[in-house]
Amino acid sequence: MAPLPNAAPTPKTKVDVKNLRFFYGDKLALKGITLPLYENKVTAFIGPSGCGKSTLLRILNRIYDLYPNQRIEGEVLLDGENILAPGQDLNLLRSKIGMVFQKPTPFPMTIYENIAFGIRLYEKIGRSELDERVESSLRRAALWNEVKDKLHTSGLGLSGGQQQRLCIARTIAVKPEVILLDEPCSALDPISTSKIEELISELTTDYTIAIVTHNMQQAARSSAYTAFMYLGELVEFGDTERIFTNPTESRTQDYITGRFG
Amino acid sequence: MQRYARRKLANRIAVGASVGTTLFGLCWLFLILGTLLYNGLAGLNLKVFTEMTPPPGSDGGLLNALAGTLIMTILGVVIGAPIGVMAGTYMAEYGRHDKLTKVVRFINDILLSAPSIIIGLFVYEIMVVWMGHFSAWAGSVALAIIVIPVVLRTTEDMLLLIPNALREAASALGAPRALMIWQIAYRAARSGMLTGILLAVARISGETAPLLFTALNNQFWSWNMNAPMANMPVTIFQFALSPYEEWQQLAWTGALIITFSVLALNIGARVMAARSQKTS
Repeated sequence: MAPLPNAAPTPKTKVDVKNLRFFYGDKLALKGITLPLYENKVTAFIGPSGCGKSTLLRILNRIYDLYPNQRIEGEVLLDGENILAPGQDLNLLRSKIGMVFQKPTPFPMTIYENIAFGIRLYEKIGRSELDERVESSLRRAALWNEVKDKLHTSGLGLSGGQQQRLCIARTIAVKPEVILLDEPCSALDPISTSKIEELISELTTDYTIAIVTHNMQQAARSSAYTAFMYLGELVEFGDTERIFTNPTESRTQDYITGRFG
Repeated sequence: MQRYARRKLANRIAVGASVGTTLFGLCWLFLILGTLLYNGLAGLNLKVFTEMTPPPGSDGGLLNALAGTLIMTILGVVIGAPIGVMAGTYMAEYGRHDKLTKVVRFINDILLSAPSIIIGLFVYEIMVVWMGHFSAWAGSVALAIIVIPVVLRTTEDMLLLIPNALREAASALGAPRALMIWQIAYRAARSGMLTGILLAVARISGETAPLLFTALNNQFWSWNMNAPMANMPVTIFQFALSPYEEWQQLAWTGALIITFSVLALNIGARVMAARSQKTS
C-alpha cells in the first residue's frame, strides 16, 4: 500500500495507523486499516457512503470516545506514541489534533469568543496577546476582512461559508499539529467551497491534514495523497495523482470514474 | 357527485363541532377571568399592597400574604431549581445512555403529576411533625419539591435539543466535559431552561394544598422562617370561606392578583421560548 517506487521521496510520517479494527457494537466497521499521514501533507479519504472513512477520521482524535458501545483494536501512532493506549489524556490529544465538522458548528457566543474559547483552554495569556491571536487565526482562515468590524456580534449571524471558516480559525487558534476535516464543504455553496479549498492548501505549510470528502475533484485538487476505502477496508493508498490517473485496483478505477458509489 | 356532497357535509360537521367545542372550552376560561375582574377590581386599591390582613370586620390589605408568598416562592425556586438543573444535566449530558437515567425519568414523570396535597402531607410528616410546628421553611421545601420535576424535565429536554455536533466541536478543541456543558451547552439552552424555571414559579405561586400543611398561615407580618408564614393561596382559601364581607372582598382581589401574575409569567415564558427559537 506504500506509494510506488517512482513516486517522490516519502516525507516524514506524522500519524501512523496500524492494523486498525473498529466495532460499533458487534458490527465490524473498519477491517484492519494500515496507512500513514505524512507531515505537512493533505491526505484525502474517499469512498462511497458507509465505507468507514468518517469513522477512521473520528478515531484519529478519539472523538468516538464520547459514545458508548464501541471497541477498537490496533494502533494509531502520533509521532510514535500510541494514542489508543489507556491513560491517554484525551483533552490534551484533541488540542493537538483539531477537527472541523461537516456542518458548521459555531458556538452560541460572539465571533471573538468563539476563537478565544479554545485558546483559553490551554493558555493563560493577556488581553492584548489574546486579541492578536484571535486576529491572526481569523486572518489565517481568510475571514478577518469580513468580520473585523463585528467581532463582538454572534457567530451564528455569519453565512454558512463564513461559519465554516470561523470553525477552521477556531481550530488553528489552538495551534494543533494535525487537522481533521470531515466533509467540510458538503453544506456549502461552490464559492465558499473554493475559498475553503484554497485555505486548505495554504494550511499545509504548518499542518498535517486529513480530509474526508465525497467530491472527487476536491480530493484531486487539494490533496497530495489519497486513500480509497470500501466497505471498511482500505482498497488503495498512494499519491493522489497516481490514484486518479493510474490506480492499481479496479475498484478504485470504477469508483473514481463514477461507475459505482 | 353524491359522494362528494356527502364528504363535504361530513367535513362541515367535523369542522363545526371542533370549533364549537373549542369555543365552549374557551368560554369558561373567559367567564372565570371576567368574574375575577368584576369581583376583584372592586377591592383593588393601594391598601391591598400596604396593609396587613385585617381582623374580621375591619379594613386591611394583603401585604403580609403577598410578601410571604414571594419569600416562599423565591426560596422554593432557590432550593428546587439547582437540583432540577443538575439532575437534568446528568440525564442529558453524563448519563444519557445509563439505566439510571431511564429510571429517574420515569419517576420524575410520576412526581410531575403527583397531587400537590400529597407533597404537602409528605413535608408535614418529615418536617412539621419533626420540628413540632408549622414553618415557612417547611412551606418552601414543599414548593421546592414541586419545582424539581418541572425544572428537571425542561432542562433535560432543552439540553437534548442541542445538536451533538456542538458537543463534539467543543470536545474536539480539547474542552473538558464540564467546561463544555457550562460554557457551550448551557449557553445554547439558556432561554429554554429559564422558561422552565419561570413555568415552575408560575406553578408554585398558586399552590394552596402544599402550604396548608406546612406554612399554614399568619395574620401578622413575620420574617421568621421558623414560624408559620402568611401566603396568598391559604389566605384566599380562608377569607373566601369566611362569613365576613371585607375578607371575601380581599379573597377576590387576592385571586385576581395571583391569576394575573401567573398569566403574566406564562406569557413571559412563552415570549422567551419564542425568542430563543429565533436566535438558535
